[in-house]
This record gives sequence, C-alpha cells and structure tokens, in this order.
Amino acid sequence: MIRYYTTDNTAAAIPLRDIPEVSYADFYDDLCTKLAEPRYHLAHYFVLPEEGRMRFYALLLDDETSQVLVTSFATDYYDDTALPSLTARHPQVHPFERDIAERYGIRFDGMPWAKPLRFPFDRYDRASSMDNYPFYTIEGSELHEVNVGPIHAGIIEPGAFRFICSGEQVLHLEIALGYQHRGVEHAFETTANRLRQCCLAETVAGDSAVAHATAFVEAVEKLTGHERPAQLDRERAIALELERMAMQIADTGALAGDVSYQLGQVACEALRTMTINTTQAWCGNRFGKGLVRPHGTNHPLDVETSAMIRHNVAEIARRYDEVRHDIKSSPTLLARFEQCGVVTRDQMTVLGGVGQAARASGLPRDLRTSHPWGVYAKHIRHESIVKTQGDVMARLMMRCREVLQSADYIDRLLTIYQQKYTDTPNPCTAPDYTAPLAASSLSFGLVEGWRGETCHVLVTDATGEIAACRIKDASLHNWTALALALRGEGISDFPICNKSFNLSYCGHDL
Amino acid sequence: MIFPKLKVLHSHGQQAIPDLDAVTLTERFRGRPELTETADTADLEAAAALCPTGALAAQPFTLDLGRCLFCGECALRAPRNIRFTNDYRIGSPTREGLVMRPGMAVVPFDPATARPELARCFGQSLHLREVSAGGDASVEMELGATGNVNFDFGRFGVGFTASPRHADGVVVSGPVTANMAEALRICYDAVAEPKLLIACGTEACSGGLFAESRAVDRTFFATHKVDLWLPGAPTHPMVFIDGIRTLLGKKRRG
Repeated sequence: MIRYYTTDNTAAAIPLRDIPEVSYADFYDDLCTKLAEPRYHLAHYFVLPEEGRMRFYALLLDDETSQVLVTSFATDYYDDTALPSLTARHPQVHPFERDIAERYGIRFDGMPWAKPLRFPFDRYDRASSMDNYPFYTIEGSELHEVNVGPIHAGIIEPGAFRFICSGEQVLHLEIALGYQHRGVEHAFETTANRLRQCCLAETVAGDSAVAHATAFVEAVEKLTGHERPAQLDRERAIALELERMAMQIADTGALAGDVSYQLGQVACEALRTMTINTTQAWCGNRFGKGLVRPHGTNHPLDVETSAMIRHNVAEIARRYDEVRHDIKSSPTLLARFEQCGVVTRDQMTVLGGVGQAARASGLPRDLRTSHPWGVYAKHIRHESIVKTQGDVMARLMMRCREVLQSADYIDRLLTIYQQKYTDTPNPCTAPDYTAPLAASSLSFGLVEGWRGETCHVLVTDATGEIAACRIKDASLHNWTALALALRGEGISDFPICNKSFNLSYCGHDL
Repeated sequence: MIFPKLKVLHSHGQQAIPDLDAVTLTERFRGRPELTETADTADLEAAAALCPTGALAAQPFTLDLGRCLFCGECALRAPRNIRFTNDYRIGSPTREGLVMRPGMAVVPFDPATARPELARCFGQSLHLREVSAGGDASVEMELGATGNVNFDFGRFGVGFTASPRHADGVVVSGPVTANMAEALRICYDAVAEPKLLIACGTEACSGGLFAESRAVDRTFFATHKVDLWLPGAPTHPMVFIDGIRTLLGKKRRG
C-alpha cells in the first residue's frame, strides 16, 4: 500500500508538494494489486519533465468510493534504466506507457506491443514515422491483408486499419493512429490567453466540444477556487446532455445507414438536425462551441430559450422513441446487429474500457454515477444504463436509452430554471478569463461525455501559469476494444462495429 | 412490423428545405460580421488582444474570417465596432476576400475570379472527395450534413464520393497535420484534371488555432491554388452550399 493524495471530482486543486512521491517499485506493486480489482482504473498516467527529473503522475479512480487517488514517482532526467512494464500485468496501462515511451524515450521492460501511439511532433525517436509503423503480420499462404486508410471512403477523420483475414473472416485488426496529431497539448502550454485555451479545448474533439470544454473549465475553476452559481452548472449539464442526445442520434442514423435501413437513417438525420439546431438557437453554434466558459457564460438561459429547448427536446425524444421501437421490431435489423462485434465484460475490464461502450459490455463505468460533479452531485442522481451483451445491438440500445434519459434530465434542469428564474434574473454572469490560478498546483476535470470519460489535467508553475496540460479522450481506452470486437467477424461487418463505437481520431491523436 | 414504420414515417413528415437559396438562419448564428469604426478604439484594442487566433486587428481595423473562430467574444467586448449578422454567405474565391473591413456589407465574390471551366464542367454535376487533415470532426460532420435529408445538396447534383478517382475535386478540412500532408498530396494528385480545390473551415483556411503548431505542415496550400475558401468553426452546411452554388455561377452575391 503506497500513499495517495485522496480527493474527489469536486474538491479544489492539489498543491504539487502535497502529492506523495513514491518509489517505482512500490508504485508498480500497488498498481498491480489495485488494477486487478474492477473498481479501480487508471484515468491518467503521464510524465512531466521538472528540474532535471522526470516526474510521473498517476490518477486512479475508485468507482466504489468516488475517490480520485493521485500519486507520483520520479526518475533522473538522463536515467535510462528500463522500468518494469505495468502493461504486461494490466493491459489498461498500455496506451499510457506507449505515450510515455514515445514522447520521452523512457523504456518499459517487458512491455508487450511496444509501438508508437500517435507520432507527435516532439517524439523522442524522430526516425519513427507514419510510414514505418510496425504492423503485426502473420505468415501463411491462406491469409491476406486488407489495408484501409488513412483516408476513408466516408467523410470522416483519417486513421489506418490493417485487417488480417482468412477468407471473409477477420483474424486480427490493428489500428494505427496519429494522422490527426495537431499538437493540442503543446498549444495549451504556449499561450496565456485563456479564451484561446477554451477554444482549444472545444476543438480537441469537435463532436465532444461541450464535454472537453467542461472538463477544461472545471479544472480551471478548481485552480481559481472561485464559487460559481449553481445555475451555471445546470446550464453546462443541459449543454452536455444535448450534445449526448445529438451524437447518440447521429450514430443511430449512421448504423441504420450502414445496414440500408433508410427510414431510420433519414429519421435520425432529421432528429439530429433538430437537436443541434436547438443548441444553435441557444448559443449560435450547432456544436455548442462558445457555450462553456470559465466562471460564467456568454449565453445565459432566458425564458424563451428555455421554453424552446424544452419543447424541442420533448418532441425529439418522442420521435426518436418511435425509431427505437421500429428497430426492435425489425427482424432484418436484429439479424445484423445482434451477436455482432461482441466485447465481453472481462475484455472490457482488462482493457480499462470506459463510457457507453464499456456499459454495453456490462462494465458500469460512468463518471456521472461514480465521480459526480456539478449537477450530478446535487440535483440529478444518475443511474447508469448497463447492458450485458456487449454486441452492436447492446451499444445501439445503449444509445437509444441514453437519449431518452438525457431528454428527461434536460427537462428536469429546465424545470428548476423556470421555477427559480422566471421572475428573477439569471445569476450567470459573463465569463472571467483573467482570474489568477493557484501556483504550483495540479487540478483535473473529469467529465462523462457522450463517448465516455473525458479528462483534462492542468499543472501550474510557480507564477500561476498553465505549464502543462494533459488531455485524455475516452477513445484512448476504447480503440483496442474495437479491434477486439472485430476478431472472428466477417470483414463486411466492420462498418457497423466501427460505428457502434464511433471513437474519436483527433481526441486520440491530440 | 409495418405499423412502427408508418409511425416513424408519419412523424418524420416532409423534412427537405424547399428552397436552399432562400434559407435564413437563426438570429443567434454568427456569420458575416459588420465592422464600424469609432473614434475611441479602447474596446476594439481590448477585443483584439483577447482574440484567440489573432483574426482581429485594431490598426488598421480588419477581421480576417479565414482566421476567425466565430466565438463572438469580440462583439461582446466591442459591441459598437463589431456585430455578427446571421448572413451565411461568407465563402470567397480568394483568400484576401475573407478579410473584412469597416463598411463592407457583403463578403465579396467576383465571378470573374473563378476559373470559367468550373461552371462549364461541373455546373450540372460535382463530385468531391473530402480529406480531413487534422479536422476536429465537426467540419466533417457538417459536410456530411450537406447531403442529409434536410439540406439534400444532392438535388443539384453535388455530393461526396468515396474515391479521388471518381472525384472532380478535393475538399480539405483541418489545418493539415504533418502526418497527413503526404496522404493529402497523393489524394489530390489522384484526381483527374480539370479539378477544383476547396478549403473548408477556419483551420483549413489559415491553420486556425494550430497556425503556429509544429505538428502542422501547410506546404500543400502554399503550392496549390484554392478555388473556394469557406470559413467557419465548423463551416455551416449553408456556407458550403452557398459557396459552391456561387462558385458554379448558379447564384450571385451582392
């Protein structure tokens, strides 16, 4: 048992000096034990060079007690002793160790599948490039490989997929990413303009703009320590749930399109338009960009907007439920979706899966329940929807149920608004981009976006400027789950498996 | 089994926008800005200092839509100087055309600057290959939406195709990451002449928030002529539809 700084998702920023520093051997032993229990998973694990040393920070989430456990260890800057790899024991550490190794040249002893993660511009080994990604191959005259990407047939982001197939059957899928690497984290660290940082957070993954912006401003507000009105939390939650509805509906439509279920596709396209137009009528942007800002908002709810959102959301929920009902009563759709792309609960647990994909496999991971923040810690006692089958159908039905749940939450939050502020003015004020941040501290924002766990960690220097920003999109955990889902499936089922996860390329590549 | 379908169909109703050239967006949509000069420039300078991408300059007073994220913050800081209208006709055939100055009531679109063969070759049918090179998925989703049941841009024979070999041009989104630079070039080269090139979204137009990033390689735009610049973060489907229609001579501006 090592020392951790114990906190939760609502507490203030942590002074760096209060974060325990342990030896790697103890860290390794303790994580080996803890990660064997499904209640724990690693939310973030990264390195920051500081004063001639490499300091490693780890954020461990305990789903049973709502605690966030923070600890660290350090090595000398030029020390190139290989550290025993945790991935070898717990594959969920894999993307983090890959990132650390790729960026700083730190070696992990016995690390399986030691490959580049995203080819960042500041990678340690400049000889490693997109062109020489070491794809896994299997020798055999009866096997063939199919390469897809980086440019895909649809209008989506780039990524390379290499299938090893026996006939139509996929034996193995490997996903190579990094094409989208823009240097987001570095951009955060090289500006003091907090509005620019907010805009950067919104563009980490454009389809999760609200989730990432909320995670960022949560982290900033923990550093400033200022109180904010409860109404602001409610408005952010409304935006987050609207985003969830829009994307879950979009994915339902995309899945419908892939199996030529045209009615469902066009109905969902229209419903998604209605959802994002609702967001646009509120804040001027269909993706909610510009809505979430530190300490305030430029778009406080008013009576007309609130009534408009309420009316639209009820209508969307009603019509979407009809689509859900139609899907469930169409045998041709069930034949395609059921028992396709199965990821078991055990696999998800081992991979550290998060978000709706994990919940569809019976792993109840949802920050709104386990590590509530804002309204989820007060007005809404969120109960996660969990399915056990882990197939495409489970992930689709997860979406269907979550849309209805989100619609209900939005309605409840707007009811509170209408009860409180019909006659009195909305207490949300303009954003504050200049509030000083606590110096030499670490803070994090953990937000359950529609895709899952979204985490922003900020570390400030002695002058209170943001010295480091480490971002994790839910996709980082879940890409490997998609690769596993394909094993043994026909390659023609790849589109529906892929869309049932709909993971982010840019959120992964940063 | 038929009844749930009938129910969905009944609720769905008629969704296509009847006249794409007559669309008005919500009042709160931030489109073409109107700039007004005032003697006192304190507000304007404060707004320019805050601008996340340096799109706004106080001296001389200009707002470069190719760098603007349409966050609207400047209009709140300097309401006497800047006002965002809901005008979505903000595409331009030249990069310089995106720079707004005080008194401009329209984003200029001189049909003479567009290559004449574009309207001749692609006036009836235009198929495009989209390449996301660091786009954050929002521009890509908006481009996908141009063909959906609401906008239905396909009614004019404009759509997206899966292969550059079937395409008449390339639409680029994102700031062009170094890791995608070569794939973009290969894709563009695979399109047969005559072809057109469209930069879609503020990040494609200028690099946006990533203009100075070392992970970005914009050589492609330095060596290829762009036929249509479409700003926006993300570009609204109507900005895209209006831009293409105007480029192909189906619509006039001003």
